[in-house]
Amino acid sequence: MKGPAQSTLGGLEIHELDVALGGKQVLHGVSLQADVGEMVGLLGPNGSGKSTLLRAAYGVVRPTAGTVRTAGLDVATTRPRELAQRCAVLTQDHAVDLELTVLEVVLLGRIPHPRRRDGRRGHGELARICLDRVGGAHLADRAFPTLSGGERQRVLLARALCQEPQVLLLDEPTNHLDVSHTIELLELVTSLDLTCVVALHDLTLAATYCDRIALLADGRLVAQGRPSEVLTPARVEDVYGVACDVLTHPRTRRPLIAVSRRSPAAH
Amino acid sequence: MARPSAALGARRSSLRSRPPFWLVVMVLGATLAVAMVVSVGLGAAGVRPETTVRILGAHLLPGEHVASWSVVEDRIVWSFRTPRVLLAAVVGAALALVGVILQAVIRNPLADPYVLGASSGAALGAVIGLVLGAGVPGLFVTGSAFGGAALAGVLVYVLASRGGRIESLRLVLAGVALSYLFSALTSWLTVTAEHGKLPSILFFLLGSISSADWGTLPLPAIALGLGAAYALRRTDRLNAVMTGDETATSLGVDVTRFRIETLLVTSVLVGSVVAVAGGIGFVGMVVPHVCRLLVGADHRRLLPVAMIVGAMLLVVVDTVARTAAAPRELPVGVVTALVGAPFFLWLLRRRPTGSVA
Repeated sequence: MKGPAQSTLGGLEIHELDVALGGKQVLHGVSLQADVGEMVGLLGPNGSGKSTLLRAAYGVVRPTAGTVRTAGLDVATTRPRELAQRCAVLTQDHAVDLELTVLEVVLLGRIPHPRRRDGRRGHGELARICLDRVGGAHLADRAFPTLSGGERQRVLLARALCQEPQVLLLDEPTNHLDVSHTIELLELVTSLDLTCVVALHDLTLAATYCDRIALLADGRLVAQGRPSEVLTPARVEDVYGVACDVLTHPRTRRPLIAVSRRSPAAH
Repeated sequence: MARPSAALGARRSSLRSRPPFWLVVMVLGATLAVAMVVSVGLGAAGVRPETTVRILGAHLLPGEHVASWSVVEDRIVWSFRTPRVLLAAVVGAALALVGVILQAVIRNPLADPYVLGASSGAALGAVIGLVLGAGVPGLFVTGSAFGGAALAGVLVYVLASRGGRIESLRLVLAGVALSYLFSALTSWLTVTAEHGKLPSILFFLLGSISSADWGTLPLPAIALGLGAAYALRRTDRLNAVMTGDETATSLGVDVTRFRIETLLVTSVLVGSVVAVAGGIGFVGMVVPHVCRLLVGADHRRLLPVAMIVGAMLLVVVDTVARTAAAPRELPVGVVTALVGAPFFLWLLRRRPTGSVA
């Protein structure tokens, strides 16, 4: 499957992407780049195309035009399994009632990789290392459905790590997590030294953890760049329809997006 | 998205208490072997256990054997009961295998061989064969049952695929609708059939292994062997699709292609089973659930265990079916449903809301 243009290392390169779902165009000429080792935040209102963009990046959605290169592979011509050896995803859709142990869930990450000679024992060791990496070593033998939301996301992250990816795509990984688990997860992700593209809702969180931010609205890329360049009050108001002030965090110097209530009568 | 699972946690706070896999397989395998030998010895004409073992030994092991039994006993054990017990085991294992595959692939815990229409397609084919043919099961009936299952598989695929994708919900709905259609046609044929053909039709619809002889065994046995070989090499993919379409795709599984493959494999398996044993319910749905409680949902363990338990269940049930009301025989399908339905309801009550839905 390896053509001459397939490099062995790469981040995410999306060029002029058009995607239509059920006859409706969802993405219009979106271009996005995440360099190796970079953490890029994907922002935009509900329905702006964040998930679709990520799904195109791992090959679930076929674009009508444009190209996607994930970890050096052209997604359109690469077999799913080959892509999965380099790109892992934390989706929003995962069965909660799996009757699997935590270790078994982490081991799912080995599915795309050919069985090595050392076989399952070697896989098991890797799974334990990944679980340890996310601080979940003590969870190994627990039943997956008995975990709390925060533990669950950490285990799913360990599964993604067990895939040994170069590129990690995360679709709203902090949904349903409280503030401490949210911070914990994002700290973990930024400490991984992987190319990460993460769809988020919280603007301040994105500004705090991402090297760069891409802002989507109605399936179009509105802005791309450093958090302080992208997240201006005018742009936030334009895209989200919310008035806000952008402050600077006293210690991190990162942008803090402070929203204000629309009007006192609204509630 | 997260469902409350406190009750589930209380039930299985630790999976460490699960017995080791090799022990489970060994114990179950030994139990199956014993159940089969005992079953061969049981029936209207009693043959003593040691005689049964000796007769089986004489046929299976090379070398000279001093016959301490009568020719009648030999015929009963070797020509009638042995193929029947073997067929029960094969059919039970095949139904459980189909249940495990379908429950994973269409992510529906209520899935069984009936849900995708293959069973009712096979039943319709068989009844057409009985009505047109001599009215007794034979190669013609077997062939038409097989054809019915294959037709159902193709129809479900055509009806469920849209835009090159097959979603599990559409697959289930197409299967259920087709099942109703096939069942209606089957009932119509049954009602309008000649009186003389009714008993064999009815027996077929309710499920029975009584037609077993050495000649009926190869077809389902070969189908089971191929189906098991196929599935055991794809336990990873079964694990992946169980987690959901998106996750499975991100793990490198071509979900739609895998659905088509499994649809084909299970249709062939169901066709070959229904062709010789009729519509036997509940085994395909209940056995996977019981085995998941025993060894968890990882298909590397679930598949072999489910096949052994399915075989064991049907061997026992068939023994009950032919001995409980002897010399009359109860249809196996009636006994599996009588045992299976209350058991399944008990399982349903035992599990917290949300884990079976």
